[in-house]
Amino acid sequence: MVETLKPATTEQVIEAVTWATGEETPVEILGTGTKRGFGHPMGDGNRTISHAVDLSGLRGITLYEPEELVLSAWAGTPLAEIEAAVAEKGQMLAFEPPHLARLYGNDGGTVGGMIACNLAGPRRAKAGAARDHILGIEAVTGRGEVVKSGGRVVKNVTGYDLSKLLTGSFGTLAALTQITIKVLPAAETEETILVSGLSDADAVILMTAALNSSNEVAGAAHLPAGAADASGPVTALRIEGFAPSVEARARSVRDMADGTGTVSSLDRDTSKAFWLTVRDAEPFVGSTAPLWRLSVTPTSAPVIVAAITGEVPGTVIYDWAGGLIWYQSDADDAGGAAVRAAVAAHGGGHATLVRAPDALRRTVDVFQPQPAPLAALSQRVKESFDPRHILNPGRMYGGS
Amino acid sequence: MQMPEPDAGVLARREEIIAAMRAIVPGEGVIADDTGMRVYESDGLTAYKNMPLIVVLPETVAQVSAVMRYCNENAVKIVPRGAGTSLSGGALPAADAITLGLGKFNRVLEIDYDNRCARVQPGVTNLGITQAVEADGYYYAPDPSSQIACTIGGNVAENSGGVHCLKYGLTTNNILGIEMVLPDGEVLRLGGKHMDAEGYDLLGLMTGSEGLLGVITEVTVRILPKPTAARALMIGFESSAAGGQCVADIIGAGIIPGGMEMMDRPAIKAAEAFVQVGYPLDVEALLLVELDGPPVEVDYLITRVRDIAEGLGAVSIRISESEDERNQFWAGRKAAFPAIGRLTPDYYCMDGTIPRNRLPEVLDRMSTLSEKYGLGVANVFHAGDGNLHPLIMYDANNPGELERAENFGSDILRLCVEVGGVLTGEHGVGVEKRDLMDEVFTENDLKQQQRVKCAFDPSQLLNPGKVFPTLHRCAELGRMHIHRGQMPFPDIPRF
Repeated sequence: MVETLKPATTEQVIEAVTWATGEETPVEILGTGTKRGFGHPMGDGNRTISHAVDLSGLRGITLYEPEELVLSAWAGTPLAEIEAAVAEKGQMLAFEPPHLARLYGNDGGTVGGMIACNLAGPRRAKAGAARDHILGIEAVTGRGEVVKSGGRVVKNVTGYDLSKLLTGSFGTLAALTQITIKVLPAAETEETILVSGLSDADAVILMTAALNSSNEVAGAAHLPAGAADASGPVTALRIEGFAPSVEARARSVRDMADGTGTVSSLDRDTSKAFWLTVRDAEPFVGSTAPLWRLSVTPTSAPVIVAAITGEVPGTVIYDWAGGLIWYQSDADDAGGAAVRAAVAAHGGGHATLVRAPDALRRTVDVFQPQPAPLAALSQRVKESFDPRHILNPGRMYGGS
Repeated sequence: MQMPEPDAGVLARREEIIAAMRAIVPGEGVIADDTGMRVYESDGLTAYKNMPLIVVLPETVAQVSAVMRYCNENAVKIVPRGAGTSLSGGALPAADAITLGLGKFNRVLEIDYDNRCARVQPGVTNLGITQAVEADGYYYAPDPSSQIACTIGGNVAENSGGVHCLKYGLTTNNILGIEMVLPDGEVLRLGGKHMDAEGYDLLGLMTGSEGLLGVITEVTVRILPKPTAARALMIGFESSAAGGQCVADIIGAGIIPGGMEMMDRPAIKAAEAFVQVGYPLDVEALLLVELDGPPVEVDYLITRVRDIAEGLGAVSIRISESEDERNQFWAGRKAAFPAIGRLTPDYYCMDGTIPRNRLPEVLDRMSTLSEKYGLGVANVFHAGDGNLHPLIMYDANNPGELERAENFGSDILRLCVEVGGVLTGEHGVGVEKRDLMDEVFTENDLKQQQRVKCAFDPSQLLNPGKVFPTLHRCAELGRMHIHRGQMPFPDIPRF
């Protein structure tokens, strides 16, 4: 039975972690726990988790200045609350964080959880990931000490960028308590050009050409037959901005697509809905089948997919013009060997098993295995924050 | 400014170290004579000078690794150096340290247009990257004003910005991977042509680490298709408050310009006297707004920005109708530093960042400080992102004036911190702002940063005396004070 502590202030988080450190009792750090399935199941070696520190009591937006493009919030604030607040002012989180909880049959999630997983949606190639929008952070390390990094201004090189280091660290370095992020104006309108009938290889060629044009394409995804639409593959290119500009650029992209397949358009509202499904990997929601997320050299994507599915069949979505591959495996063992081999053989990158039964995630590498010197450095960085391996032990790599 | 006391043991072993370096880097790659080393004695922050122990200019990664391994085994410190354009003394030599120059790593290794990236050696200049790809319609977005000379390795170390970073981001948002050498000689690769880190974001950590964590030997940068059009507006206001409001309203309208720069009256006057491009001399604030993208978008937004400026009572508005005219608008801004240089024997360039809406207040208080110290100041401002470059005018030949300028500068940076900003937006901490770090950070914050340094550089041999005001031994930093047996958290709700 896990005992859950629910601190309401940074001081209480310090108190809880200091206690855990003193007792050498590993603790789970969580927001609302909606993405528990992401990473290894907790616990390493002989240590099981008896306590959790639930940060969802640290809640609320503490600063939002739309004209300064900045927002600060307690880490336990629901992501949806932040998205609603910025939408009300015509702004957005430009990195379009996926609501990943849905892949695990949950809903919701906190801004701290989103930062801890370094999420990024379909706008990644143009606008970056969570790590590109984090401005400042307050966190409690495994030493029970509060640490601040960054600030509330966009341009800041004062000291090491610990905010980026903590982004994507899955709560293994520190418990996030406060987050400051950059927000941006939302586009006035958008349009998506759809091309039906392209092979994976032709789709990546078209997406590459579109991203390399001056049309500022803000989303390039390819859904092979069976992913979104059983009747055939669909390739989507998103244009956003001010209306006259969108009209001109959409025309230009349509010209590029003409002759490659059957071309159609989605207007603003249908486009928005479409990209939500890409963002959340909607075709894989509602299943429990093993699911991989691969970050690769974009033009290598079709070869990587062919290599994997040639050995272990499954369903695929391409996003980021090929830079991101979602692969839902038909194999019970998730086909990890085929995935790792294909990535290694075609330009490198990394593959993460984002969903699989606990038993499987206990026995295989969920994250990309690192070369020994890099793994050793990562361990030393881990220990600089959390020398006793108190925080989320085992979640990322063995022992951390 | 105090640098750590040189290690007499290392100084005594100088000949032995030179011989060891010559065995690793043959030919002219080891410079040990005073004349040869003199050019390395300072960087862009010329107020500080120090002769290095020796200068080593390796040509291969294997040589860098061997140099680092030797230094690690023999407790010799290393100061990495690119083109030496740092404005914070980041490449300032130390008497007991090897200055490791990466200038010979000057090749573009690979351009991969399909994946919108280029793999380059760290000594390639910032502008050199754009020049390598511009014929094909691409560019590298971050453009620090030293871009002709500064190297991409230095840009990564300092997380350099430029006038375009509001829209296109800083160095950290525009690189995909690096190869680096750790102090023990180990060679690592972080990232590649793919996006986001595998494991901890050590690439993000390395960017802006000021040469304290490792030596960068290769960089994979993102390149972007060049916008098809760019036009600029030059807008004059009667007050900096009105100029600041215009910036806020532009962003409030959902417009993120490619560049948005502001200058105050002394800076406008100096720039116009220098380049004569028609800057209005009767205004308190001059705003340059550049819009880039497809022509239809640029034309549309030019109109929107003009309407906003008119609504705020702008005194003068000019809109560029040609590339020549656009370049003219920028000529004064780009020449602002040398223009100030004509008015004063010396100037000291500061680099704070403030929340943009505090600008009028900060400028007011800066003129009060200017009177207090009896030194003139001109301001150029990356208006979109709040990055302020006050230029303090002084004469180093007048006894005490450099110290006064430094104190004035420190007061400005304290002011930036007080209003919610930071010490440095893009120039780095280096030695210059090292002793102000505790204005921003608590002792715990700084200790944690130093623990991270220890994870990379346990013997603390890389770039000594920079960034951190107080040195701690890694063993001491690693110690943990354990409080046991306390009544666990009586106040925390539990479930």
